[in-house]
Amino acid sequence: MKRVLVCVAVGAAFAGPARLVTQGAPQPGAPPPAPAPHPTAATATATATPVVVASKPFGESYLLAELFAQLLESRGIAVERRPGLGATEIAFGALRTNAVDVYPEYTGTGLLAILKDSLTPAMRADARATFAHVSRESAARYGVRWLAPLGFQNGYAIAVRRETAQRLGIRTISDLAAKGTALVGGLTSDFIGRPDGLPGLTRAYGLRLRDVRPLAPAVKYTALAERAVDVIDGYATDGLLSKYDLVALDDDRHFFPPYEAAAVVSPRVASARPDVVAALTLLGDRLDESRMRTLNRRVEVDGEPIPAVAASALRDLGLVPAAGGRADAATHAASPGQGAGEPPEGSAEARADAGRQSFVAFLWARRGETARLALRHLELVAIALLAAALLAIPLGLALERARRGAEWVVGGLGVVQTIPSIALLAFMIPLLGVGVAPALVALWLYALYPIARNTYTGVRDADPEAVEACEAMGATPAQRLLWVRLPLAAPVILAGVRTAAVITVGAATLAAFIGAGGLGDPIVTGLALADSRLVLSGAIPAALLALVVDGALVLVERSVRPAHLRR
Amino acid sequence: MSLILEARDVRHRYGEAVALDGVSLTVPAGGMAALVGESGSGKTTLLRSFNRLVEPESGAVTVGGDDVRAADPIALRRRIGYVPQHGGLLPHWTVLRNVAMVPRLAGSPDPHASAREALERVGLPPATFGARLPRELSGGQRQRAAIARALAARQQVVLLDEPFGALDAISRGEAHEAFARVRAEIGFTALLVTHDLAEAARLADSLVVMRAGRVEQAGTLAQLRRAPATEYVGMLLHRAHAAAAALETA
Repeated sequence: MKRVLVCVAVGAAFAGPARLVTQGAPQPGAPPPAPAPHPTAATATATATPVVVASKPFGESYLLAELFAQLLESRGIAVERRPGLGATEIAFGALRTNAVDVYPEYTGTGLLAILKDSLTPAMRADARATFAHVSRESAARYGVRWLAPLGFQNGYAIAVRRETAQRLGIRTISDLAAKGTALVGGLTSDFIGRPDGLPGLTRAYGLRLRDVRPLAPAVKYTALAERAVDVIDGYATDGLLSKYDLVALDDDRHFFPPYEAAAVVSPRVASARPDVVAALTLLGDRLDESRMRTLNRRVEVDGEPIPAVAASALRDLGLVPAAGGRADAATHAASPGQGAGEPPEGSAEARADAGRQSFVAFLWARRGETARLALRHLELVAIALLAAALLAIPLGLALERARRGAEWVVGGLGVVQTIPSIALLAFMIPLLGVGVAPALVALWLYALYPIARNTYTGVRDADPEAVEACEAMGATPAQRLLWVRLPLAAPVILAGVRTAAVITVGAATLAAFIGAGGLGDPIVTGLALADSRLVLSGAIPAALLALVVDGALVLVERSVRPAHLRR
Repeated sequence: MSLILEARDVRHRYGEAVALDGVSLTVPAGGMAALVGESGSGKTTLLRSFNRLVEPESGAVTVGGDDVRAADPIALRRRIGYVPQHGGLLPHWTVLRNVAMVPRLAGSPDPHASAREALERVGLPPATFGARLPRELSGGQRQRAAIARALAARQQVVLLDEPFGALDAISRGEAHEAFARVRAEIGFTALLVTHDLAEAARLADSLVVMRAGRVEQAGTLAQLRRAPATEYVGMLLHRAHAAAAALETA
């Protein structure tokens, strides 16, 4: 407990005097504080806007976010859950713009990926120096506040099979560099690319593997267990390390920066919600590495539902009353399965049974959840597509009237198509926050090009002689459009809508990364938890949905086909 | 009741290419002139100047004595019939609906009645042909439907842009007859673009031979034969005559 207080004091000192003031009073221009003068008052803030608790898409992040959420709820603070936000840029981007209020982050990530600062020797040697730097700079640059570290580090771990470690006598990364030249690495492409990943490791240790293969996080553990590769990158507290009986090698030269976990809170909460800050600070220094590894194992290996693991952890820590399962009740009352805000509990339950079930039975058990997600998916697609058609069809028609600039405009929309979806989603966050709105805008942008392109070329190329004959007989431009161009172009326009629909159904799976829900949810969670059944339980319905939507539009296309192409 | 067509010193270029190099032409009210000459001689450009599908750079084009530039192009076009090379029927509309378009645009109280009457006139009984789509007609029938459409509002001027060029000899003959019949019944002023001197001689009162954007000679076939103004006119007449003679002796 003493250490917690020290940490808070250090963090506050680095944040400067203004930060100390904001503990009790808002900064000028900031929204008024919640009406609770005493941070631990259980009911006083129940009417305030809900605190949005988010996570990144991997097991430990889901679990920590659920811990935060239940802790806040136990203090009478209303919570909205947004688990599994895309990646660091998306989660932090959302936090900094108050689109979410708190999520778990790691100091090493804060230093290198968010602040883009370099690791000094002092920071390498002392985790607290890293925390001090990251919390000071985050507050100064973004107004974001790092709460007291939770008490464990989850840095990069280089892992090998126990059998490999024993056979070659490898215990440290230096050992690996010396004796592992015949081994094959299976590393995430992220790790292969970033300077604090493989390139830096190669420099620091002179590491030379026989071969390095880029692997998705979801498959690297299996690949290692199946002996397809010998060395992987993982995280120190990964539950899967113990599941597959792996050995994490000691970083004896302290190459990896410290990755201390902490709750990071938005500028809004930092300045206006001392009750939230106080509640979350209770977790400071309470989770050590062995406890965290056990909790992760329960989620990632044993497949226990995340809310249940979080609730029992809070009871064990004495942060919620042990008797009567009150925390459980509170949790379930506060998260009544409302769309994207729901933690991936159903999936975790399903995964618990996965070992005993056939894949078909697994899908069948999830049918209700799948139907709900498919409906949400369809809703996203339908709205985005309709909005895109409402703009792109008139635009295509207008371009046909002003052909000089047409190729430029259509080409410009084509460029939007080349932006990777995840990047486009990340761009949306500062403007629209997280959730359904940015997802819809991104999907809408993707759908514009095929519709505008087909509308333009369709009306432009519609039977030139018939169009000219109409003109020569004194039909007005509107009559030419309605009588000839539009009816003749209709199948081409509909083909554009079909293309857009199929693209949108696919792209909408990525909307899960910014908390919009849909069939991407189990895909994101499944990838995060290395659960291929869960991935498929989203991917297969998404593929079927694409076929169904395409099929439905074929029927529409048939109904608008001009008479001479029918008989 | 028909209108005089006149062009005076009309010049037009497409970019650098000269299409009309000072062309003058008169088609008296109720008369019919045929523009003959090779491709690129400016025939179609001159034709399209009359309904403002082409706006010449200089010179004057008048219909019924009124300068077309003073008229609203849409109102002007609704008074002038037009038959393009391949008919220009809307492929997704029935024949009756296609033909009714022109009276509809002209503000006729019963466009379908006018359309049926026009189809009857060109020998396509509406009971048989009215409900068909253009692709369900032969080439000759399509061109007759196009003629019916052009005249369904009893237009006083008709412009024809090689409407019979793509037809076989029999269909062409039938289309010629249909056209001649309609012209006799309604009595309009017509301007025909054609490659075919025989067709020009058969349908038109006067021939206008064009070459490289200029009029080489204008007059009746007899006048041209008697005194060809240029070597090109003489050559053109000679070739047409030789072709006809070959057919006779075969």
